[in-house]
Amino acid sequence: MQMTLTINGESHSVEAPAASLLVEVLRDQLGLTGTHIGCDTSQCGACNVLVDGAAVKACTMLAAQAHGSSVTTIEGIGSEAALHPMQAAFRDAHGLQCGFCTPGMVMAGLEIVRKHGTKLTPELVTHELEGNLCRCTGYINIVKAIVAGAAAMETAHA
Amino acid sequence: MRDFALHRPASVSAATAAFAGTDGEAAYLAGGHTLIPAMKSRLRMPDALVDLTGLGLSGISRDGDRLWIGATTRHADVATGATAIPGLACLAAGIGDAQVRNRGTLGGSLANNDPAADYPAAALALDAVIETDRGSHTADDFFQGMFTTALAESEIITRVGFAIPQQSSYAKFRHPASRYAMVGVYVARHAGGWRVAVTGAGPGVFRWTDAEAALNAGTDTAGLVLAADDLNSDIHASAEYRAHLCGVMLKQALATLA
Ligand SMILES: Cc1cc2nc3c(=O)[nH]c(=O)nc-3n(C[C@H](O)[C@H](O)[C@H](O)COP(=O)(O)OP(=O)(O)OC[C@H]3O[C@@H](n4cnc5c(N)ncnc54)[C@H](O)[C@@H]3O)c2cc1C
Ligand code: FES
Ligand code: FES
Repeated sequence: MQMTLTINGESHSVEAPAASLLVEVLRDQLGLTGTHIGCDTSQCGACNVLVDGAAVKACTMLAAQAHGSSVTTIEGIGSEAALHPMQAAFRDAHGLQCGFCTPGMVMAGLEIVRKHGTKLTPELVTHELEGNLCRCTGYINIVKAIVAGAAAMETAHA
Repeated sequence: MRDFALHRPASVSAATAAFAGTDGEAAYLAGGHTLIPAMKSRLRMPDALVDLTGLGLSGISRDGDRLWIGATTRHADVATGATAIPGLACLAAGIGDAQVRNRGTLGGSLANNDPAADYPAAALALDAVIETDRGSHTADDFFQGMFTTALAESEIITRVGFAIPQQSSYAKFRHPASRYAMVGVYVARHAGGWRVAVTGAGPGVFRWTDAEAALNAGTDTAGLVLAADDLNSDIHASAEYRAHLCGVMLKQALATLA
């Protein structure tokens, strides 16, 4: 079926089976492979993207459910040359090891800022990260990165 | 996932017509956070999905002594918007995780009636009226055991009216991996008396009538024990452990009434 999605600010007309998941269209049809598939069972959050600003698991949403919506993936928030403050914070705080969970963690960080603003506590971030799994870091540095990234977003906008 | 036809109706009547017109099995789609996982594992293989999110059934409004919540209202919006019933807002804020709450809906949770889901406990304790495209059900009649409700095949939940209690609270002991309730207890004090609903412990949500009677009589609930005979026993918890947790969750809920 035909669907129209705005992805990272650009309108895309996509022809895909109704059963296509959003993560499949992003990765396989549009080549946006920054959104990862960790579990494919709604547990890990590696597939997190923002749909109309809110974080969702792209493995548990049909692409057709995003028809007419605006989708932001990890590719849309920064570039290698100009990292988003949240991405830079992950690098600075050693918030990643293998990096597989990182795109989803960064998007989850942006969701936390959307809901709670830029002044975050480690307790709040830990609670809000319930839907994201990391098999490497032990989370401590991820939480530090999100707290620091949020604070840096405040400065970036000031 | 096997492919299917997807319908996006703009009215309730168009939705039921699309359901009825399906050659084979049709299913309604709301947040998809139960249905899509079930379709991925081929527990469900519908020929057509009828999306309910374009029907204008989202929103929260108060009418007298009831709080009405549209069927397609997302858990995240109930968490922030159901301020008239803090216990209900708090329950919604504890469903799954942030991303699940951004997609899952009230109507989908009630229609599915998972024995470990949270909303059924609130609906039962808050004496909810579940309105549909063809009438209404009281919560007492709606839940009929594991994954079974009073809904007819193509019936659509449109909105749910929760009685606004004097005080209420929900306490849940989460399964640490799935975040569903191993046991969840919703207590509500209404002008007409207490209602106590238990989810996760048995094959379906149920009212704990002994606890209600004790609260109504003003006697101590500390020694109340729920018989383990009818409770679930599985790799996660024995029936005896679940019975014990019911008492602990009741105590926690009573300590956090708001
Ligand atoms: C990782 C994860 C964790 C979760 N944790 C919890 C938890 O802790 N507690 C909890 O309670 N739930 C939990 N859930 C379930 C979640 O709340 C679901 O969103 C919810 O149970 C179903 O709502 P939905 O809108 O997603 O429904 P869908 O998946 O779209 O539909 C579910 C069923 O209801 C039917 N249906 C949907 N809307 C209507 C309607 N208006 N009228 C009639 N039939 C309808 C559909 O046909 C389908 O059969 C979790 C889910 C996931 C993926
Ligand atoms: S891949 Fe989507 S939650 Fe794990
Ligand atoms: S850094 Fe390897 S999974 Fe998180």
